Amino acid sequence: MIKKEMIAMLLAGGQGSRLGVLTEKVAKPAVAFGGKYRIIDFPLSNCINSGIDTVGVLTQYQPLRLNTHIGIGIPWDLDRNVGGVTVLPPYEKSTSSEWYSGTANAIYQNMAYMETYNPDYVLILSGDHIYKMDYEVMLDYHKANNADVTIACMPVPIEEASRFGVMITDGNGKITDFEEKPEHPRSNLASMGIYIFSWPALKESLNALKDQPGCDFGKHILPYCKDNDKRLFAYEFNGYWKDVGTLGSYWEANMELIDIIPEFNLYEEFWKIYTKGDVIRPQYVSADAIVERSIVGEGSEIYGEIHNSVIGADVTIEKGAVIRDSIIMRHSQIGAGTTVDKAIIAENVKVGDNVVMGVGEEAPNVLKPKIYSFGLVTVGENAVIPDNVKIGKNVCIAGVTTAEDYPNGELPSGGAIVEKDGE
Amino acid sequence: MRALGIILAGGNSNRMRELSNKRAVAAMPVAGSFRSIDFALSSMTNSHIQKVAVLTQYNARSLNEHLNSSKWWDFGRKQGGLFVFSPTVTTGNSWWYRGTADAIYQNLSWLKNSHEPYVVIASGDGVYKMDFNKVLEYHISKRADVTVVCTEGSQVQDISRFGVLKMNEDCRIEEFEEKPMMARSNVISTGIYVIRRRQLIEMIERCAQEGRYDFVNDVLIRYKNLKRIYGYKIDTYWSNIASVEDYYRTNMDFLKPEVRKYFFTEYPGVYSKIDDLPPAKYNPGSCVKNSLVASGCIINGHVENSILFKGAYVGNNCVIKNSIVLNDVYLGDNTHIENCIVESRDTIRANSYHCGEDGIKIVVEKNERYAI
Repeated sequence: MIKKEMIAMLLAGGQGSRLGVLTEKVAKPAVAFGGKYRIIDFPLSNCINSGIDTVGVLTQYQPLRLNTHIGIGIPWDLDRNVGGVTVLPPYEKSTSSEWYSGTANAIYQNMAYMETYNPDYVLILSGDHIYKMDYEVMLDYHKANNADVTIACMPVPIEEASRFGVMITDGNGKITDFEEKPEHPRSNLASMGIYIFSWPALKESLNALKDQPGCDFGKHILPYCKDNDKRLFAYEFNGYWKDVGTLGSYWEANMELIDIIPEFNLYEEFWKIYTKGDVIRPQYVSADAIVERSIVGEGSEIYGEIHNSVIGADVTIEKGAVIRDSIIMRHSQIGAGTTVDKAIIAENVKVGDNVVMGVGEEAPNVLKPKIYSFGLVTVGENAVIPDNVKIGKNVCIAGVTTAEDYPNGELPSGGAIVEKDGE
Repeated sequence: MRALGIILAGGNSNRMRELSNKRAVAAMPVAGSFRSIDFALSSMTNSHIQKVAVLTQYNARSLNEHLNSSKWWDFGRKQGGLFVFSPTVTTGNSWWYRGTADAIYQNLSWLKNSHEPYVVIASGDGVYKMDFNKVLEYHISKRADVTVVCTEGSQVQDISRFGVLKMNEDCRIEEFEEKPMMARSNVISTGIYVIRRRQLIEMIERCAQEGRYDFVNDVLIRYKNLKRIYGYKIDTYWSNIASVEDYYRTNMDFLKPEVRKYFFTEYPGVYSKIDDLPPAKYNPGSCVKNSLVASGCIINGHVENSILFKGAYVGNNCVIKNSIVLNDVYLGDNTHIENCIVESRDTIRANSYHCGEDGIKIVVEKNERYAI
């Protein structure tokens, strides 16, 4: 009989709507990060580095990019005879067919997958955080406490704790109470959305709450476990962990990688991060180029200037272009003489010549002021920006745009061009 | 594809000087993130050859490590795949490979047990892209016994390093001299051959009976008038890296946009083993001009007209000019490297000075590295 001590279930179905046009065509876990990676590479690499070789990836929203990225799991050594990586989309059943309505509901719908492996423990992960973590150490902690559920937590400044699910523990790490996004947090231990369940406890609570609409771990499963006297423990994690849920935090996390010795260090031999690299050739930096305080992905051709930026693979920066404080993802092209300041440019974007991007005073975005803020210019994938236009701050652009979309050759701060996208 | 592939990767070359102490020529790193054999392997896989044997002998550790998985070239197959044959002692044989023909002879059972009608033989030290289907079509249309892929000698520095041949108007080879003192033509063999499998088996067996071991001298040149041996001339980029000068020049060729375009952006591409290195990092103080930089490099100094291979570290105030820095080299602060090839995994102490005065200097220091 097949037996795996612990399997991982990776929730990768979310849209991540706060990333705006970046996640219009791809699920958030498939968004590029750090010049080479995609967000899901971090939990997947953590799994294989922790000795977990059976991972179910639950997909729902725009899964194409995610599916092609994961494939049969070769980059993470998750191509296995028994176990390995399995992509688990929602499916039709004989009596019903429903989407994944919540995090726990998604896991419930894949009960059969989990049962195949007879696990003692199930690790629940989400595909939208940047961190390195040894889940095996967490499992040891879980076992030592004879716990039913262990929740990875991170101490955060108390003033920020109200953004998270907060755990209140006794002196031994046992969770006595928890609060979801409390106004006045009683603790600074924030849940990282990483859980280890003992299999009987998980199975029991999923079955008990199977009719709960939108069944969610934080809102339903954990309260159920607590009310039924399960042993819940908080596992304190003190390493680097970054939620890249907003454009601001996504931009910040990328920028942190270019520090001289970054807090999140990708250059250590230990705990490598794996990814599917379609580009392996070296990058070229021309005689006129200036590249400083930046990271640049494979196969990029740099003829212009780059300062404080994260450049993906196979990007072309033409002569005279100046890139500052920006993220440019793979296969994108920046035209000659173009200036880019504080922008996030997604994959396969074409920016014309002599464009000025990210200038002027900030103004709130006309479409979604809460999403497109931080003074960033955000350009969705496959977008085209014509020559000689001026683009302000807090702006979002998606789809093929032409000179007519820019009255007087300008898209002022707070502007948005997205409706063209459906064409 | 109706052909098998054989890659001759056993060779050493004195012309590689210190560089060949560490590895077979076929395992030499090329163009920042590849190894020489990747070009032959990628051309074969792109031509839909599904079954390839790599014959190794000299210092194959590095090469074996590079080939430890065949999936990068799409050779992880149930049908066919990648075979690495090193010399082994058997009841009938206790010799090393005594030559290229002997290497094939010692693995003749592999050829005999295959069913593909043709064989493409290539060497592991060529840098090129080739559609072997076109060569095979040509081979069939000429009703040739052997087709030799050849090129204009102007692509190389030292023509006497190669087989020099002369063809008639029909492209049949009339003269073939291996490494001549005085070349009488400037058409050289690229070391790529197409031949019918049964024909090859017959020739190799005969060769072995007569105690002859070299494919070029004892098969091609000996059979030149007896068999129909044709030349297939290419005008695309081709280079052989088996001397320090040619190795240096070939790498520097990749600084030209047209060469990069030909190899990297034109479909189909060149594949190599994936190393999972992070993107290259340019710290404050870095200044890079007209250079290739592979993944995993960290640059703090000045780099000009150079190639940094995977995982190279360039310290503060370093000056690297017209040089090739191979994989995982650590260059301490204030180091000056000019007209050099720095051997892989080396650690160059701070304040070192290396300059190739009249020619390329090979830097091998073998210092201890203290991990930080």
